[in-house]
Amino acid sequence: MSQAAIQRNVLPVEHHEELSFVGKYVFSTDHKTIAKQYLGISLFMAIVGGFTAYAIRWQLAWPSSAIPGVGTITPDAYNTLVTMHGTIMVFFVAMPFLLGVFGNFCIPLMIGASDMAFPRLNMLSVWTLLLGALILLASFFVPGGAAAAGWTGYAPLSARPDLTPAVLGQDMWIVALALEFSSFLMGGVNFITTALNMRAPGMGFWRVPLLVWYEVTASVLFLLSVGPLIGGAVMLLLDRLVGAGFFLPAKGGDPLLWEHLFWFFGHPEVYVVALPGFGIMLEILPVFSRKPIFAYRALVYCALTTTGLSLIVWAHHMFISGMDPRLATPFTVTTILISVPFAVIVFAMIATLWGGSIKFDTPMLFALGGLTSFLLGGVTGIFLGSAATDIYLHGTYFVVAHFHYTLFPVTFFAGFAGLYYWYPKMFGRLMNETWGKVHFWLTMAAFQGVFMPLFLSGIAGTPRRVFAPNEYSLFKAIQPLQVHATIAAVILLLAQLPFVVNFFWSLKRGTQAKDNPWHANTLEWSVSSPPPHDNFERTPRVRRWPYEYSAPGASLDWSPQAERGDAMPATGRH
Amino acid sequence: MEAAPNIEAVVQFGDGDSIREIPAARLAIWLFLASEIMVFGGLMSCFMLLRIAHGGWDAEAAHVHWRIGAFNTLVLLTSSLTMALACTSAKERKRGTARRLRTYLGFTIVLGLTFLGVKACEYSLEFAKGFTPGAGLFWAFYYTLTGLHSLHVLAGIILNTTLWIAAARADLVPVVQRRIEYAGLYWHFVDVVWIFLFPLVYLT
Amino acid sequence: MHWLPSDVSTFGPSVDHVFHLILGIVGVWFIAAEGAIILFACWFRRRPGRTASYVSGHNLRELAWILVPALVVVILDFSIDVAAGHAWDEIKLESPKPALTVSVTAERFAWIFDYAGPDGKYGTPDDYWSMAKLYVPVNQVVRVEMRSMDVIHSFAVPNLRLRQDVVPGRTISAWFEATKPGTYEIECTELCGFDHYRMQGSLVVLSDSDYARWQHEHWSPIAAKPSSAESTGVRQ
Repeated sequence: MSQAAIQRNVLPVEHHEELSFVGKYVFSTDHKTIAKQYLGISLFMAIVGGFTAYAIRWQLAWPSSAIPGVGTITPDAYNTLVTMHGTIMVFFVAMPFLLGVFGNFCIPLMIGASDMAFPRLNMLSVWTLLLGALILLASFFVPGGAAAAGWTGYAPLSARPDLTPAVLGQDMWIVALALEFSSFLMGGVNFITTALNMRAPGMGFWRVPLLVWYEVTASVLFLLSVGPLIGGAVMLLLDRLVGAGFFLPAKGGDPLLWEHLFWFFGHPEVYVVALPGFGIMLEILPVFSRKPIFAYRALVYCALTTTGLSLIVWAHHMFISGMDPRLATPFTVTTILISVPFAVIVFAMIATLWGGSIKFDTPMLFALGGLTSFLLGGVTGIFLGSAATDIYLHGTYFVVAHFHYTLFPVTFFAGFAGLYYWYPKMFGRLMNETWGKVHFWLTMAAFQGVFMPLFLSGIAGTPRRVFAPNEYSLFKAIQPLQVHATIAAVILLLAQLPFVVNFFWSLKRGTQAKDNPWHANTLEWSVSSPPPHDNFERTPRVRRWPYEYSAPGASLDWSPQAERGDAMPATGRH
Repeated sequence: MEAAPNIEAVVQFGDGDSIREIPAARLAIWLFLASEIMVFGGLMSCFMLLRIAHGGWDAEAAHVHWRIGAFNTLVLLTSSLTMALACTSAKERKRGTARRLRTYLGFTIVLGLTFLGVKACEYSLEFAKGFTPGAGLFWAFYYTLTGLHSLHVLAGIILNTTLWIAAARADLVPVVQRRIEYAGLYWHFVDVVWIFLFPLVYLT
Repeated sequence: MHWLPSDVSTFGPSVDHVFHLILGIVGVWFIAAEGAIILFACWFRRRPGRTASYVSGHNLRELAWILVPALVVVILDFSIDVAAGHAWDEIKLESPKPALTVSVTAERFAWIFDYAGPDGKYGTPDDYWSMAKLYVPVNQVVRVEMRSMDVIHSFAVPNLRLRQDVVPGRTISAWFEATKPGTYEIECTELCGFDHYRMQGSLVVLSDSDYARWQHEHWSPIAAKPSSAESTGVRQ
């Protein structure tokens, strides 16, 4: 089929006048700039979230002492910190970092498109998120402070304004979340449409890089699961503002209704975050092992299966909630089933290492650190997915340790892996490799130090969200665990300093990056670092799948997706 | 001026992938509608479950104005008809297309405003009798469901009005012709939600 | 597993058994998987003159390397949950005939325990109520019927391996049988507000003779509740 017959109605690439600073960086519709805006938001919110973590951990280790830099806090303030830590980290760090940054930056480049399908909608989505973030941050400063009913916002604690000091703060929490949901709905529609409609010629579905698959399935999952909670958020707001009573027993409502609405979304949400994290790891492992990703098609099916199954497991968060105990059995079964695709993904990653030629550059270190840590998080989920042991472990620090051992690796280990990997493409320079390794080893070691003790604390029965665990005589003796965790947490937070310095220093003084410092196959590495405004001077023609590394008989151990045969361009740009 | 991609661009790669023959904007609207179905579906399911659990709420439900609701259903259905006619006329390439388009779109807007006006009167009647959102769970659901729906009607009216204004300019008519299909999809969706809401809230 | 607190419950061993079963199974897998990662990272690190092997898992023979382990994982998972199912049924679905029923009220921020007294009826002069201390006889089935006056609380007794959320608007029951006299901690494990961390109670398990004495001392028509508690409508 001729090139002309193949391409009709190609997106017009118009040349434009030079934009002002405001037009180029503030009101940009360029997906690469928008990705950096998401990066700015998520890294700033990570600092805020990290600060709440510091305060929480210090309070837990030394409950009767003042927190350096904060002072003594009240139990109400502690509940606010815990609530805001969770809300900020899940909705304003993990989602913008994994979806907003890497989805926006990588999807158009990896599929050979000049931008997203709807660039102005893209700009609207990041501004909506920013508004939500600002409202959430502002809620710290209103009378009564920020929301204090947990990131899960269980009713009636969240539904009655008289039960926590956060009368206005809890309302702002609802509004901020609604804006965040809208932002990612818009973004999701953009990602899905772009990936379906704007692939370069030759990029059939089985040649699409796994990151794109995983970002798109995550977007589909978000789209399908968030609706009922949007309804729930409206209901919660009406309960608070006019006493509607959806979740208030005095008015005939049911607190468990909120739990169902929340977790129907809440469980898919963790996969919305985990899938892009895995997608990043799945891109990095082959490049640094110089081997194809193992079981590419199975990995695609795993993403699709996870998307479907995650919509029917939610009540494993509610085994002892007071819902009919007979529901435990079906939800236990579906929860077991969903461990299958994850097991396959993990085994495929391990199999990718087999027979490889592995180089432990910083992106690879973070990817492997993420994999090894996530493994512990994954297996500890079995304890919680089994209703009988959940009776004992629910609401304890075991749960806290479990979800930090899953969410932290996919957000931060995978996120940092992606950032070190795509930094040269984003900014045209390489980050310093030595300091990257320092960042990795400190983070890896400190992370284990924070959360491993918390498993033990949970097995001993320590409840979560408690201002002072040593009030219970059962836990006085294990208070040292909390101290260990706090010391490690301080180290973990300090360990991010080399990264921050490295990030900003390298922007101006890092080694200039060529087009393809990692010798990777995907399309973004076939253009300059950073890419021109419209990414590709000519629409690439894709000839192979992305994971052709060390192919037998090839002259090089890599084969870019859009190059003919195994020849390299004569320009020497690589 | 940033490069504005052609949102109706269809890139065909010739290997029979039908997904890639859907214009980007149409695909996007359908995705958006899928998420909206989950919102309204979720709320309606909650209503049904709680209503059954509370024995039907027949006493409260007796106070809804089903005749007003029926009238509004007629209004909305007619507006869907005029919207469909507007979309059909948009596909024509005859003289007076723009005028016909604007007429049908205009009717749709007026009917939408009628719906909202009637709804507002209905709400004030109910408020006067003390049936506010805080007056019990049935009314809380009533206002949430119909209120959220009305907000969507309002958004549709604004969207249609933008197109109606644009269609007055000869150079923008082709743009309107292309985009009215998406506004039509949205408006029909809003109508379909009402088709479910009306029996659920008014007739049961 | 010495981190688990002492178990004084008849169904405690069932829970602990499932816990250790899971620990054993996932422990083996965890060590195997992490071991494989570390081994492969070492064996297959980049060395001059050695190229990677082009193994992509594109045929069933290669895919078997991950599909078979995944299948084994599923089978083991199912076996865990069959075992766990028995424990769950025992604790949450069965309802053995109780020797004593206590009405538990959770409110911000205390546990209040109401005993119907010898006549077995609430709201009569022989009722006894206790703030924060739940007195029970050893080796007898005790049933608790729990309600909340305000928000969701969660009644948890680690030594019994018991936990049950208490939801306002409904009465939820649970049962247990303590096997050893002593005093054990009751926790609230669902965030309920500013004093959530201090919403503690004690389970006082009394030997037969001690329980008889306690009943004699406290189950009489004398003890009356303060008015604030009466107005909270704790009576059935």
